[in-house]
Amino acid sequence: MVGYIIRRLLYMIPILLGVALLVFTLFTTVGEDPVRIALGNHASPEAITELRSKWGLNQPLHLQFLDFLKQIITFDYGRSFNTGEKLSALFAQGALVSLSLTLPPFLLAVMLNVSMALVVAYYRGSIFDRFATAFFIMAMSISYLVYIIAFQYILAFQFDLFPINGYEAGFRAIPYLVLPGIIIIFVSMGPDVRMYRTVFLDEIKSDYVRTARSKGAAEPRVLFKHILKNAMIPILTYTVVAIPFLVLGAFLMERFFSIPGIGDLMINAINTGDFPVLKGLTMYIAIGYSIFNLITDILYAYVDPRVKLD
Amino acid sequence: MAQEVLLNVENLVVSFDTDRGKITPVNGVSFQVKRGKTLAIVGESGCGKSVTSLSIMGLIPGANGKIEGGAIEYDGQDLLKFSGTQMRKLRGDKIAMIFQEPMTALNPVYTIGNQIMEVYKLHREMSKKEAFDHALAMLEKVKIPDPKQRMREYPHQLSGGMRQRVMIAMSLACNPDVLIADEPTTALDVTIQAQVLDLMKDLQTDLGTSVIFITHDLGVVAEVADDVVVMYAGDIIERGTVFDIFKDPKHPYTQGLLDSLPKSSDTKNEELQAIKGMVPSLFDLPQGCRFKDRCALAEEACGESSPELEKFSDTHEAACFVTSRNNAA
Repeated sequence: MVGYIIRRLLYMIPILLGVALLVFTLFTTVGEDPVRIALGNHASPEAITELRSKWGLNQPLHLQFLDFLKQIITFDYGRSFNTGEKLSALFAQGALVSLSLTLPPFLLAVMLNVSMALVVAYYRGSIFDRFATAFFIMAMSISYLVYIIAFQYILAFQFDLFPINGYEAGFRAIPYLVLPGIIIIFVSMGPDVRMYRTVFLDEIKSDYVRTARSKGAAEPRVLFKHILKNAMIPILTYTVVAIPFLVLGAFLMERFFSIPGIGDLMINAINTGDFPVLKGLTMYIAIGYSIFNLITDILYAYVDPRVKLD
Repeated sequence: MAQEVLLNVENLVVSFDTDRGKITPVNGVSFQVKRGKTLAIVGESGCGKSVTSLSIMGLIPGANGKIEGGAIEYDGQDLLKFSGTQMRKLRGDKIAMIFQEPMTALNPVYTIGNQIMEVYKLHREMSKKEAFDHALAMLEKVKIPDPKQRMREYPHQLSGGMRQRVMIAMSLACNPDVLIADEPTTALDVTIQAQVLDLMKDLQTDLGTSVIFITHDLGVVAEVADDVVVMYAGDIIERGTVFDIFKDPKHPYTQGLLDSLPKSSDTKNEELQAIKGMVPSLFDLPQGCRFKDRCALAEEACGESSPELEKFSDTHEAACFVTSRNNAA
């Protein structure tokens, strides 16, 4: 097990190196010159040269790349082109905001959607199941934006249940996070319940389910004891790899509800050519994705006795 | 008949609603299982033997399968009139079942011990310790080596034969009156098959269980059965004691099945006799006798109406116009 984890962590090095090279190449060759964006079209050549050397852009490319690698290893991506703030502080702050926006709805949604899928699978083929399927497909066919605007208008504006948008630090943030949280859960319901339902129905056809019934197990026991544990394998794959993306926040949510999370930070960075922010976040996603993939594989071994990590 | 009838299936009709229309895989089937004896149900795939056994278990899936009529009397009560809860109490306790696929019939994520103990948990008031001891004793009974070790192992750690032994241990855990074995040895190697059959016979003698043995393998039938029912496309076409069927098969289909078995007396060059043609699709059954298109003896009358089972002796019945007439002549 320990050997397996070490080996997997070592495999991550060439993968991340590849990602770093790709990211670096893209940012140095494609897109506008950040110095131009910062200073505008009428800047003096002296100002341009000065900013260029300040940002380290006058160095040869291979030295810039080595610099980037050093940043990745030390988790210190320098300072923002825009504000001059330290990125580590900026990321930590944004990640906290984004997580407080996305993590609670994510956990609630997993529990809620798995339970709902079990109920729907239990009543498979019935009118209730068909109604639920139709409802979820309908819900899935409507754009995210429509929900945001409708929920904002009805719940926040008409009924005044929540603030329409905004954010405050600390625990006072909670009222601002409830409505976007509800929307995140609501939007996840359609695709997730249908996905989990399919997983459960695949398992229901298995021979071991027939065996369990022939032993005299009642249907709830068949579902919760026999099927649920087998279904955890695909469910884990689906959910755990989504976790690193939670830190990114929900771009649309953060935009529409003016929540200063990572999503918001990233969109601003794209608009202003703030390359250090983008490079840092891209590397963060790559590292997070690799690590959570590894975590998923380790969890398999706990859920499925057939999986041996060695 | 002196022996006590434990399970009496009367005129059972089971239908399925499918996308292509309604089919009747079991079309008026009657047979009796005697206490402590083995009844073999023989037939090719799709003849309705598995559906019959699932009906007895009360496991015909509700959404598209339906028991249209008949009765399944166990111990004097009609199981078809039982509620879901009543049936569930019976399943695994009084009537148990072993399946064809030992590789997939056990739950992959629970230990062997856990799965056998579950039967006690469902049907017996027992502490965990008692259930464990009982399960362990069952594993010893089915002659699994290192039973204590096996209790903690998962299905994938066992061979096919061992898994089938676990299934047998699980099905016999509550000492059921009736054991339905649906092709229990088909998926096993021939040497393992013989071991498992011997084990089943020994346990049956020990426990006095009645067995319904479902198979397409007449070699196995000769070894285990007391009585035999031959099914074809949802109908019973012949029934009798194992001697009736092997010594003096009446129905051309039964004769064909027996002819298609290799015999030790055959010279090496002699070809095996196959029954020509294929089992008719349940969506498109022929008029009259369902076997007539593959039958060497078929005549015009066979296409007009379906032959009923006719007695040839106290124990022996077959459904064939031609044989009946020849016999009368």
